Amino acid sequence: MADTALASTASAANAVPAVQIVGVNKWYGDFHVLKEIDLEVAKGERIVICGPSGSGKSTMIRCINRLENHQAGRIVVDGTELTNDLKRIDEIRSEVGMVFQHFNLFPHLTILQNCTLALIWVKKLPKKDAEEVAMQYLKKVRIPEQANKFPGQLSGGQQQRVAIARALCMNPKIMLFDEPTSALDPEMVKEVLDVMIGLAESGMTMLCVTHEMGFARQVANRVIFMDAGQIIEQNEPVAFFSNPQHERTKLFLSQILH
Amino acid sequence: MVQTPTLASPTVAGKAFVRRQLAASLPPPLATAGILGWLRKNLFGSLSDAILTVVGLAIIVYVVWTVADFAIVRAVTTATTGEACRKPGAGACWPYVTSFWRLFAYGYYPPAEQWRPNVVFALFALLLIPLAIPAAPLKRTNAVLFLIGLPIVAAILLSGGVFGLASVETRLWGGFLVTLIIAVTGIVASFPLGLLLALGRRSNMPAIRFLSVMYIEFWRGVPLITVLFLASNMLPLFLPVGWNVDQLVRALVGVTLFTAAYIAEIIRGGLQAIPRGQYEGAMALGLGYWQMMVLIVLPQAIKIVIPNLVSSFISLFKDTTLVQIVSIYDLLGTIQQSRNDPAWTAPTTSSTGYLVAALIFWTCCFGMSRYSQFIERRLHTGHRR
Ligand SMILES: Nc1ncnc2c1ncn2[C@@H]1O[C@H](COP(=O)(O)OP(=O)(O)OP(=O)(O)O)[C@@H](O)[C@H]1O
Ligand SMILES: [Mg+2]
Repeated sequence: MADTALASTASAANAVPAVQIVGVNKWYGDFHVLKEIDLEVAKGERIVICGPSGSGKSTMIRCINRLENHQAGRIVVDGTELTNDLKRIDEIRSEVGMVFQHFNLFPHLTILQNCTLALIWVKKLPKKDAEEVAMQYLKKVRIPEQANKFPGQLSGGQQQRVAIARALCMNPKIMLFDEPTSALDPEMVKEVLDVMIGLAESGMTMLCVTHEMGFARQVANRVIFMDAGQIIEQNEPVAFFSNPQHERTKLFLSQILH
Repeated sequence: MVQTPTLASPTVAGKAFVRRQLAASLPPPLATAGILGWLRKNLFGSLSDAILTVVGLAIIVYVVWTVADFAIVRAVTTATTGEACRKPGAGACWPYVTSFWRLFAYGYYPPAEQWRPNVVFALFALLLIPLAIPAAPLKRTNAVLFLIGLPIVAAILLSGGVFGLASVETRLWGGFLVTLIIAVTGIVASFPLGLLLALGRRSNMPAIRFLSVMYIEFWRGVPLITVLFLASNMLPLFLPVGWNVDQLVRALVGVTLFTAAYIAEIIRGGLQAIPRGQYEGAMALGLGYWQMMVLIVLPQAIKIVIPNLVSSFISLFKDTTLVQIVSIYDLLGTIQQSRNDPAWTAPTTSSTGYLVAALIFWTCCFGMSRYSQFIERRLHTGHRR
């Protein structure tokens, strides 16, 4: 079902794909969450994943940085295959940034400390250098003035931008977003999307689970529709929205686009 | 512009209503503000509240007066023998306390060597006070000195036998000195052990989880008295012939192992309150297990359970009195021993002694409790939505 010809639409013609998912299956107990997932993401490619609730979108992208483990198939991230080797997992995690629906900032640390933590403890940077890097990314997401506040003192949109900056500090090759705007009040969605659009323009490889179809139209190279643990349809955004092929995609789009 | 037919007042019913001037905020009515308002709201809110308030006040006045009458008004303050205390109507026998205070403080520690416990008390205070003040500098050095330096210095200084210090057997140690040693060792040593057990109980490794559960459930199932009895009577059976472990050390180990099980369960409660997202956030950044635990999870988990931890430490402090049953004489033990001294026999001697014990224990426990509230309030700033 995967349309392999589409991969060529990606701008980067790099030989090693950023992410390669081959025949991945996963079960929660008896429940088959991911069924024969095949997906290849080229470097610099931006992918939007959508689908009904419970279809396995989160599970799939969480497999990419091993927050969940898959039971069959192969996942190769930037040439490194994910196995049970803990060292390799930590290595991949420090190359793959992730932004969560509920931000997952550390409430007992300041914004700046949230951002420098992994630089200091994982990348072993001296504190001063780490702070410099962190401030640079906080400027990029336009909240350097909040650096010494605690996450609880920030609005949802600001917190999510901090979460993006925190992930970017590690200088990741791939960014994963799991519904980054769906816990936000409507007036804050835009400020987060703007940051993500800026990131997309800088050439970052991105996999976003989101239902922000405007965002998908604007930045995605490819939109993927999942249902019941499978990739049902994928296409470049214009064709995906104007001419969905599968019944389920049509139903889903009609619900989401009103 | 804004149509509010249901909200508009009757006089403008049916017409569009726009408020041109915003209403200014007014001060609250007098009856709800100030001291009078507070009294009214909290103590005399209703007839039954008022009755309870009056009855409560009466009880407090009665208790305070009885104690003050005994400890101050009718008290015997100066006397060299128990004669004065034996007079009818005499209150607290303070001379008994002044003549035995060394026993209460040091037990049977030889008087000529009592400067050694004094040095230990002083070091303890000198290191604990800056450690407890959040603004004091050099926290790390201070903590290392308190947790590692002090125990070593205290052990050498108190037992002696080296550096020309006369050897003092632990069976001579007693009084508040022993109370403090058992309580502080118990608290300081049981915390890291409890922490590891809590992590072990939530570990993904079945063997570690099983061992932690076994340990915790075993120690929680045995009363402390039994632990102390076992430590003092049964331990020699398990040790090779000729080996001997000091009685006080046995009690220390018993108290520590016992408390660790409770600490573990308290910390586990805190760990359970930390949302999965915190673990995921840490893992997604590439932090390893120990980094994640030490930097992200434990600081938050422990903060939540500070009140419970302190409760546990307070009850440990009070439970130190149980060591009497294995012939170690802590503060309460030395009072028990001296209250029947023939020279001071009087109807009020025991009450006086127990009053002293109660005051000292209450001061220490109340201090711990207040300090934990202070820390809690301090840690609360800037956290969570
Ligand atoms: N830890 C788990 N144990 C058991 N079942 C789980 C677990 N996590 C997720 N599931 C189930 O797996 C399915 C897929 O979950 P997933 O979170 O990937 O869905 P999703 O597509 O991200 O949905 P949503 O849009 O609601 O986030 C759901 O039916 C969910 O109930
Ligand atoms: Mg999801």
